Amino acid sequence: MRIQSLVMGVAATALAVTGTLSTAATVAAEELYVPSLSYRTGAFAGGGIPIANGFADYLNMLNARDGGIGGVKVNVEECETGYNAQKGVECYEATKGKGALVYNPYSTGITLQLIPKAPVDEIPILSMGYGLSAAAIGEKFPWTFTYPTSYWSQMSSILKYIDSNGGLKGKKIGFIYLDVGYGKEPIPLLDNLAPKLGFEVAKFPVGVKEMQSQGSQWLNVRKERPDWMIMWGWGAMNATAIKEAAKIRYPMDKFIGNWWSSAHADLKPVGDPGKGYLGANFSGIGTDYPALQDVIKHVVSAGNTQANPEDVGNVLYNRGLFNAVIVAEAIATAQKMTGKKVITGADMRVGLENFKLTDARLKELGLEGFTGAISGSCADHEGSGAVFIQQWDGSTFNKASDLISPMTDVVRPLLEEAANKYVADKPDWKGQTCG
Amino acid sequence: MFYREAGQFKTSYKADQAIFPILQDRVGLGLIIVAALLVPLFGSDFLINSFMIPFLIFALASIGLNILTGYCGQLSLGTGAFMGVGAYSCYKLATIFPDVNILIHILLSGFFAAGIGCVFGLPSLRIKGLYLAITTLAAQFFLEWCFIRIPWLYNYNDSGAIEVPTRTLLSVPITGPSATPSVRYYVILAMIIGLTWIASNIIRGRIGRSWMMIRDMDIAAELMGIKPLNAKLSAFAVSSYFCGVAGALMVFMWLGAAEVESFSINVSFQVLFMVIIGGMGSLIGCFLGAAFIFGLPIFVRALPEMMGLAVNASTVDHISRMVIGALIIFFLIVEPHGFARLWQIVKEKLRNWPFPYG
Repeated sequence: MRIQSLVMGVAATALAVTGTLSTAATVAAEELYVPSLSYRTGAFAGGGIPIANGFADYLNMLNARDGGIGGVKVNVEECETGYNAQKGVECYEATKGKGALVYNPYSTGITLQLIPKAPVDEIPILSMGYGLSAAAIGEKFPWTFTYPTSYWSQMSSILKYIDSNGGLKGKKIGFIYLDVGYGKEPIPLLDNLAPKLGFEVAKFPVGVKEMQSQGSQWLNVRKERPDWMIMWGWGAMNATAIKEAAKIRYPMDKFIGNWWSSAHADLKPVGDPGKGYLGANFSGIGTDYPALQDVIKHVVSAGNTQANPEDVGNVLYNRGLFNAVIVAEAIATAQKMTGKKVITGADMRVGLENFKLTDARLKELGLEGFTGAISGSCADHEGSGAVFIQQWDGSTFNKASDLISPMTDVVRPLLEEAANKYVADKPDWKGQTCG
Repeated sequence: MFYREAGQFKTSYKADQAIFPILQDRVGLGLIIVAALLVPLFGSDFLINSFMIPFLIFALASIGLNILTGYCGQLSLGTGAFMGVGAYSCYKLATIFPDVNILIHILLSGFFAAGIGCVFGLPSLRIKGLYLAITTLAAQFFLEWCFIRIPWLYNYNDSGAIEVPTRTLLSVPITGPSATPSVRYYVILAMIIGLTWIASNIIRGRIGRSWMMIRDMDIAAELMGIKPLNAKLSAFAVSSYFCGVAGALMVFMWLGAAEVESFSINVSFQVLFMVIIGGMGSLIGCFLGAAFIFGLPIFVRALPEMMGLAVNASTVDHISRMVIGALIIFFLIVEPHGFARLWQIVKEKLRNWPFPYG
């Protein structure tokens, strides 16, 4: 009894003491604060870790090499979301007061929660190639960006690739997707384009709980015999799907993953049976870029990273790095336009609408050929960036096509329609007019 | 010395049967309510939005589950789904009848959850204990399936998520992104106080007593004239009502948008842990349990930063999981009946303390 009450007393005092410790604000006055909502834990950590590393490493490289952006250091602070929307919002609330410039949620679920909050708190959201496709319409979503392209545009690029490799007309396209907001996102576009372009769609949803046991879905694939398979998967779902596809001898070179379903982390566990598997991508592979060499020199070799040196240059690492490039470019643009060194979220929004990542600028940054040129604009928040198709050779990815630009003429009206629908039941939603 | 009721004479039946017959309890509760009212004046938005609001909402959900599990003895794993029913019905009501005040919708949405709860409570008349837990688990999976597969429930939204429109009370926005955390907090606080008061009165009355008789020995209760059908189904209905209102509050007052993931089996377990850690069959336990299970991870995660240590976000997450697991086991070993019992022991000690004898 004595010991028990003693232990309880110690526990109680410990709680009381730590509770009274004040939350000392450690934010320095002169810095650019960029929160990184990362997920290094949970079922999706395999994808979350390299992205978070690439993102942080590039900005830290700028700090080490150039002393920050415009002479002001960038402070990247990670907050662990576990790919969980509630924890993501918690991270948002915890960090937004520290002068956050932009949020990169890396989760469509979290993005959907943050979209209505962004105009109120005046902090833009850059959901790079994920999130709400309709956010590409800048007039309706002034605070949300999906550079370099949206899911719908990407899907149209993939369809274009299929069209140029044997034609689309009369073909059956199988669509296997993670059955959450993310996976369902491109379905309206597929349904809309199928009659127009003359193909048939068969859908195979995979619930989060059955990510690693997809036997029944692939049995259906065998029954339906689609000519092509397109996958919108994430995390543990990808490797399982490719293994199952190999098991039923589905031809790998007819199986295309989107840009979240074709990373080294997905294909390494599959290895040789995955040979020939295709995937969409918009960021370069490997470390043969001067900017990446700088990252290796200033950050990785200096031990200032959480990344394994051999993972630098992987698909998702470079994706995170590309995200950081857009953020850095937007910050620099905002600094130039406002004349301020330390900018706010509202300035950042202007920067995101006005940065120009031309081929010449990419070369200047040491990223020649890393990605297609994109530039921000008031009306177009997706940048109409192009994707290329890459192919797994059993140990790494190689570029298998040139840049394929999306079918903007078809996709844009559909995006506008979706944006109008989103805004329709929100009478006090604030859009903007673009001159 | 502090908790002595000596000298407090009851001179009427009314005084004898009051919810808080002891003066100290009334003063204490008054102080807690005043403190709760003052929180927005001193607390940051983060404290209110990430701790106080969800804490109150989960306390309400725990009250719901506690009615069923703690008072009526029916184990349920479907809490998350019943919260979802409340949230989705509130969303449908709010979009179909946009002119009706949102608070009325939130209170009404509980009735939909109560109806669904009754349906899934029917097996409890034949099966008990773990077997019943399995059927409520089935309810959880079935309802989750409905939330994904019936697009009408989320108005055919492409993303499959429900998004909260801005609604006002006395022309102050109380839901949606433009509602300030303090306003939302006060609305929730008022609702939780009202609903807890209702719950405590139901539990003290005839219905609550019939639940407890069923819990303690159902055959004896039946022999004494309690109809198991009425008692068990009313427990399911009232419990689901509270869970449904909690779910509607969670989406409309806290999250702002929700996917089916927000009502997963994990939420059911979380609420069940709150009830077990807080104390079965105790209302104060619901609040203590919710504060512990929901608040501790936030506190543990914030701790390194408060102490000025630079630790990786993921490391903090791993450590917080381990610490919380260990603390749950520690508290359950020290007091298997939960925090409510611990509080009771403290009260008994305080009668005499610091003197050795009364």
